[in-house]
Amino acid sequence: MASSDIARQFMSNLPYNVALGIEIDDVRDGRAQMSMPYDDRFVGNPAQGVLHGGVVSALMDSSAGAAVLSHPDVMSVVATLDLRIDYLRAATPGQRLIARAHCYHVSRSVAFVSVQTFDDNTDLPVATAAGAFAMDGSAGKEAT
Amino acid sequence: MSRRPEPMQVVKQRRDGLLSALVQTIPFAAFLGVQFDRRGDELTAVLPYRDMLIGNPMLPALHGGATAGFLEVTAVVGLTWSILWPQVEAAGEDAPDPAGIALPKTIDFTVDYLRSGLPRDAYARARVNRSGRRYASVHVEGWQDNRSRLFAQATGHFLMPEPKDG
Repeated sequence: MASSDIARQFMSNLPYNVALGIEIDDVRDGRAQMSMPYDDRFVGNPAQGVLHGGVVSALMDSSAGAAVLSHPDVMSVVATLDLRIDYLRAATPGQRLIARAHCYHVSRSVAFVSVQTFDDNTDLPVATAAGAFAMDGSAGKEAT
Repeated sequence: MSRRPEPMQVVKQRRDGLLSALVQTIPFAAFLGVQFDRRGDELTAVLPYRDMLIGNPMLPALHGGATAGFLEVTAVVGLTWSILWPQVEAAGEDAPDPAGIALPKTIDFTVDYLRSGLPRDAYARARVNRSGRRYASVHVEGWQDNRSRLFAQATGHFLMPEPKDG
């Protein structure tokens, strides 16, 4: 099975992704796109109806993990080492969030990923993230 | 002439009321199931385990996004609490209505995953390292069974809400 198929299969069944309604739009060759619907339960600041950062974190962490898993040089992913998220602007209430992750470098034991998240406005991201993932060649396919 | 101290239950009720009003301001905190345990002004966030929080069913391990969300809720509540607490304590019986609490906005949030989150309850505490008029820096530590063995930690910068005019 190609690594992209493994990534897709693994990521589509994660309970927390299901709970948030996160869907896989595309995964291949170190790139992944995932999206999720707006939901009132995920709001962090009701005054503005803005989604909580923790929701954006989950979407970006998942898409980053999928991007690493689908990278042709990656045999296994153990875990997220770190993920830094910059919140550029508030997500517009009611709009779907779309995260695009790119695993742009893989060393022997670490994979580096950048992620951008958009709503309907695709000119300026809602958030950008940089992540590092630890990989272990001896373990099976495991992520985040 | 000093005022008689208020009955303990009155003070406790006001503090707990403020805390629960603060947490209820954040719908996502309820979705995650985050609770707060208060001892004086010290808060400990509790994330009771639920199957929904799993990210890797094979290990199994908590989803990194669930951990990040938990730590960010802890940071936002801890930071807001640190601002509200002295205000409400100073106001005493005339404490302001906790409705309409203004929350800080997250500028950036960095999570350090130290070990995988086990399928059991998690705890976290926030420490406000800098709290200025405009910006704040908050550090959060998360653990499970053993307080000294963190499973994750995070640092975030926040934009403080504009002070309300009277």
